Amino acid sequence: MSEVIAPPEPRPRERSAVGPELQPLLSELHTPGRSSFKVPRPPADALAGIPPAQLRASPPALPETDEPTVIHHFVRLSHLNYSVDGGMYPLGSCTMKYNPKVNEWAARLPGFAGLHPLVPDGLAQGSLELAWRLQQQLGEIGGFPAVSLQPAAGAHGELSGILVIRAYHQARGDLDRDEVLVPDSSHGTNPATASMAGFRTVTIRSTPEGLVDIDALREALGPRTAAVMLTNPSTLGLFEHHVTELLEAVHGAGALAYMDGANMNAVLGHFRPGQAGFDVMHFNLHKTFSTPHGGGGPGAGPIAVAEHLRPFLPAPLVVRDDDGSYRLERPGERPDSIGRVRAYWGSSGVLVRAFAYIRAHGASGLRQVSDDAVLAANYLRARVGEAYDLPVAGPCKHEFVASAANVKRETGVRTYDIAKRLIDHGFHPPTIYFPLIVDECLLIEPTETEPLETLDAFADALIAVAREAHEDPGLLTSAPHRAPVRRLDETAAARKPDLRWTALAGAGDR
Amino acid sequence: MLAALGIESVETLFDDIPAAVRADGLDLPGPRSELELARELEALAGRNRTDLVSFLGAGVYGHYIPAAVDAVVSRGEFSTAYTPYQPEISQGTLQTIYEFQSLISELIGLPVVSASHYDGASATAEAALMTVRATRRERVLVSRALHQHYRETTRTYFGPGTRRLEELPTAPDGTTDLAALEAALADTADPVAGVLIGQPNVFGLLEPMAEAAALAHAAGALFVAVVEPVSLAVLAPPGAYGADIAAGEGQPLGIAPAYGGPYLGLLACRGELMRQIPGRLVGRTTDIEGRRAFVMTLRAREQDIRRDKAASNICTNQALCALAATAYLATVGPGGLADVAAAGAAAARRTEAALAAIGVERVHTAPYLNEFAVRVPDASAVHARLLDAGILAGLPLARWYPDDPDLADALLLATTELTSDEDIDRLAAALGGGSV
Amino acid sequence: MNVPESLRYSEDHEWLRTEGGEAVVGITAYAADELGDVVFVELPDVGRHLAANETFGVIESVKTASDLHVPAAGEVVAVNEDLADAPELVNSEPYDGGWMIRLKLDDAAASEGLLDAEAYRATIGD
Repeated sequence: MSEVIAPPEPRPRERSAVGPELQPLLSELHTPGRSSFKVPRPPADALAGIPPAQLRASPPALPETDEPTVIHHFVRLSHLNYSVDGGMYPLGSCTMKYNPKVNEWAARLPGFAGLHPLVPDGLAQGSLELAWRLQQQLGEIGGFPAVSLQPAAGAHGELSGILVIRAYHQARGDLDRDEVLVPDSSHGTNPATASMAGFRTVTIRSTPEGLVDIDALREALGPRTAAVMLTNPSTLGLFEHHVTELLEAVHGAGALAYMDGANMNAVLGHFRPGQAGFDVMHFNLHKTFSTPHGGGGPGAGPIAVAEHLRPFLPAPLVVRDDDGSYRLERPGERPDSIGRVRAYWGSSGVLVRAFAYIRAHGASGLRQVSDDAVLAANYLRARVGEAYDLPVAGPCKHEFVASAANVKRETGVRTYDIAKRLIDHGFHPPTIYFPLIVDECLLIEPTETEPLETLDAFADALIAVAREAHEDPGLLTSAPHRAPVRRLDETAAARKPDLRWTALAGAGDR
Repeated sequence: MLAALGIESVETLFDDIPAAVRADGLDLPGPRSELELARELEALAGRNRTDLVSFLGAGVYGHYIPAAVDAVVSRGEFSTAYTPYQPEISQGTLQTIYEFQSLISELIGLPVVSASHYDGASATAEAALMTVRATRRERVLVSRALHQHYRETTRTYFGPGTRRLEELPTAPDGTTDLAALEAALADTADPVAGVLIGQPNVFGLLEPMAEAAALAHAAGALFVAVVEPVSLAVLAPPGAYGADIAAGEGQPLGIAPAYGGPYLGLLACRGELMRQIPGRLVGRTTDIEGRRAFVMTLRAREQDIRRDKAASNICTNQALCALAATAYLATVGPGGLADVAAAGAAAARRTEAALAAIGVERVHTAPYLNEFAVRVPDASAVHARLLDAGILAGLPLARWYPDDPDLADALLLATTELTSDEDIDRLAAALGGGSV
Repeated sequence: MNVPESLRYSEDHEWLRTEGGEAVVGITAYAADELGDVVFVELPDVGRHLAANETFGVIESVKTASDLHVPAAGEVVAVNEDLADAPELVNSEPYDGGWMIRLKLDDAAASEGLLDAEAYRATIGD
């Protein structure tokens, strides 16, 4: 083993992670009479056919301003944001990989962007073919024969998948299954989804190693169990290596196995949940398949199911006829479908981006993605372990859990403060306090698109913050110091919610 | 990195996947250069037909999107940012969501607006669930003149449990039958949680919202208006006629039709219902040095904290779509938005007149804004013939109302500021000229 | 940790003070401390009957939301209206101004089945 070499002093960033200028609200930019001329003026009698009682008494008080002001406003606001385009997000369970720009170009092609969702299928052959092929691609990646692209987000996919399971049991006359089992390490959407779908949630404890406790699972399984929701790799970044026994237990009790596919970035080409025996899974296209997060959406959460669940998938699916043409399923074509979970058939713009990503990578490229993601995570884990507890034994998959319990014990400084101080070092913090079962938890996922230099810089920064916690804890508990705003009064925001501006108070009022 | 970890190959890191479930690669075609990929995508896009003259609306409307909107939305600082859980470095996203909430609140006339939902249909379903939670009643009434997909989605969300969705019939003029509504509300043994009506409704018609709201309130039910945001520049908003909750589709505000999405679900409510509204909310506050700042608030209601007790499992909002709507409204301004609404209305009036002149009459009699149905014998065949002539003659309503003989021959036509006089002339010529 | 001797306690950190056939209920200083700054308290309607351990409301802080369970069965005769504008009373005066509901007890002796101050202190490791 080579001698331990002290990591180099992290070079201070030349400027903080984001620019410093706060901006007025649009309401404060209001100048009466200022406007842009974007559409021709309509005739004066345009609204003559409308009964006066149906018309607005007064125009909406929206801000009046011109295009240069609008552009200044949004460009300067954009400077206040950290983003993937600007830096690394080590956020565990989010897979903040690079968003390829060719996907943005593709989604904006007029042929895709300008198409109305209710046109006859014959006018949409390009989009329908893309959708059908994406269904096939995701089916291949997950190991399932049937896919619905309808859900608009991962949580939406979870709801759809659990409703499919519910429909399956009801169709078999098995009406007493009112429980869904969920590990204590699960993402909050899992139990929330179960409740929305009318089920009670039963929580299953994890082993000290951070895996599903199979004995606890067997104890909780029974004739009331409709489904078990598992994430694999788990939210601690570990592969459930006894997955076969888990699935046998679930099926043995007459229940179905749902896989939360949020962590697919770890196992592309290595593990296909459907092939392993899962009955249904969802994908997060905005995680594994590179579609941009957009500041909180839009994403997409397609679901894939085993053959026995195909009849229940949301309708309409995209179908290919024998003559090679593509279409949407007709109403009533699959009568046991759970129906719609949204209007129209799918978030086509997001799907185009995911399709492009998968086509660009191909089988070998996707496997490389997982190889690189897992390697990067393990490397970073070893580095972070120089200053933080690693409560879960390695190796990890694409993400790993670290704990600042040691730092808290020695200095009183908490993970929250470490996260805020990391901002001063130019990095977005990792996921903190999740999963719930690890004390002072940090969940770190570098993804495969960050270069080695960035991984080292991030590790250096985390280690430096741990050192700062010993030397000057106040620096952390009052961090960040170099962001556009400092710590916010979240209590006041929640006690007296102020959710909109009250009036237009622009420059023009003076 | 392999050297640092002391391992020979990355495969070692996958040893914990048991052989029985290990996949042997994927059966997908190989990697593609960007050039090849671009050609393939262009070819696919090229097989879509977007060149037709379109009178198709039915919930998605083609408007002129000023170039400034994409200039804002395509900025990587917005499009590749994460959810603003670290507010100190997300003020761009947070402030624009606050601005979005404010603008939509002003249009809708209700004080609390969520940071958005997946689309109008899921927002409507969430609104219906809100009425059930808030009143602790289980029966929800929805007009049959509400968009087909919105009713179906609400039905799916209502599936589990004892909640029930009942449809209200329409009157001969095409609006919701108020007498039927009153009768349905009268059953005190099975009280109603909420009443859902679209404004305009799916037929483009203006509904008696104030009267319907009064009937709902008299029975202790909540009134939900499902609205189209551009129309709110000129039509009385939900806040003016007593709606408790409003839902709708924000696509017409600067978002391209894009064959189905991503779109923008709008959800708003009265102040008293604030803690019942699902989804993100952004609030104003100050930092420790007194600066104004924005932060996600009332988060304890959300899934990651409340888990199985959360009102909804929603984890995202359509943030970038909300940004597009914000940039659109900022760019066109109140005058521009009113012009867009009025231009669509003017084109609709011209269309009605041009079609009446060739003997094609409206199906309904109630007033409309920019969409209405006409009666055309053998509507499906006519629709197909017009397609060949390069005209998308709206939506054959038999598709959504197959059992309604009154709509068997109906075409639902919509117009916007994009509809030119030439377009209308071509439609009239094609409908009048061909043999039917 | 402030645990008044005169009160009775449940294992999930509610306190109960008997006044004749009625009882006043709130949450302990320990619970308020764990929650952090309270931002909202959802309380039941007056007139509602609650079974023992039934959820009577929800308490929200910035970082979490918890169900509130009534330690003994009874009918709600009053709720603390002050908490609507001043939820911080739960943090500053958990046993006084931060009271939550007043019940007409089904069983006037119900508090005897609850933990006394010493037993409650043991559960919080005090």
